[in-house]
Amino acid sequence: MKRPRILIVDDSSVMRKIIERSLRQAGVELGDIVEAGNGIEALAAVKDGTFDLILSDINMPAMDGLEFLRQLATVESAKGTPVVMVTTEGSESRVVEALTIGAKGYIRKPFTPDQIKERVTPLLEVLR
Amino acid sequence: MNPALDTKVQNQVRPDTTWESLLELAAKEVFEMMVQSDLESIPKTDENTAVGDTTAMVGLAGAICAVMSIRCTSKTAESIAGGMLGSVGEVNPSEVPDAIAEICNMVAGNFKGKITRLADNCMLSVPTVIRGDDYEMVAIADGEKIVVPLNYESHPIWFSLAIHS
Repeated sequence: MKRPRILIVDDSSVMRKIIERSLRQAGVELGDIVEAGNGIEALAAVKDGTFDLILSDINMPAMDGLEFLRQLATVESAKGTPVVMVTTEGSESRVVEALTIGAKGYIRKPFTPDQIKERVTPLLEVLR
Repeated sequence: MNPALDTKVQNQVRPDTTWESLLELAAKEVFEMMVQSDLESIPKTDENTAVGDTTAMVGLAGAICAVMSIRCTSKTAESIAGGMLGSVGEVNPSEVPDAIAEICNMVAGNFKGKITRLADNCMLSVPTVIRGDDYEMVAIADGEKIVVPLNYESHPIWFSLAIHS
């Protein structure tokens, strides 16, 4: 299986590290991990290279996760890249909005490595 | 009366007696999952007032207007950051405020998610962290204040929700 190249988008550097550690604890064999602090940085990263999976927060300064999803849809090279939202957002309407725009799932913070594995593994199966 | 304001007032959620235990549960869940540590309840006493040189705050707006805050010592905050990052040795000092802010954010999000009428009708602000040797938090809120002190590895942390009436 090809090791997945993953983009982690969160304004908290601590949370980006926790997500990466949780992926490893969940047994996901990681390839490149690229980090972005908001939607603007994430869009730049996506235009710079392709990813097998994007994990993105919703509430972020500068450009939030929902606007990032909208703009991601216009990036030709990112078409088909699965995006999973990782968020403290308890609002069903915002989660539904993210899923409507194109997110493949969401993980609510706080989370366990098993919850990460449950959401992420099926999306990486295509790399087998 | 302005119809929009009227609707807003009608949609306001008032705290009830369950909120204190829900705040405690929300905090305990966050620590169990993200810090790999169990928080222990502390009996509430008059002497048990919030102290510590590190405070993280998150605003809640919508069906409730409130500020969620967490206060503890810098040593405790450093230990929490270490627990979150799985660090064995020292934690990078620049990561401590980020970690404590994220804890406050998650407790606030987890708490509002437990109250159906808040979950979908309340937004969280970006967190803020205050650090210093001697300060007093004065909430300009004339409503209720829910304070839950909990022990993290024998060190107290105060979780507070100051609500505007």
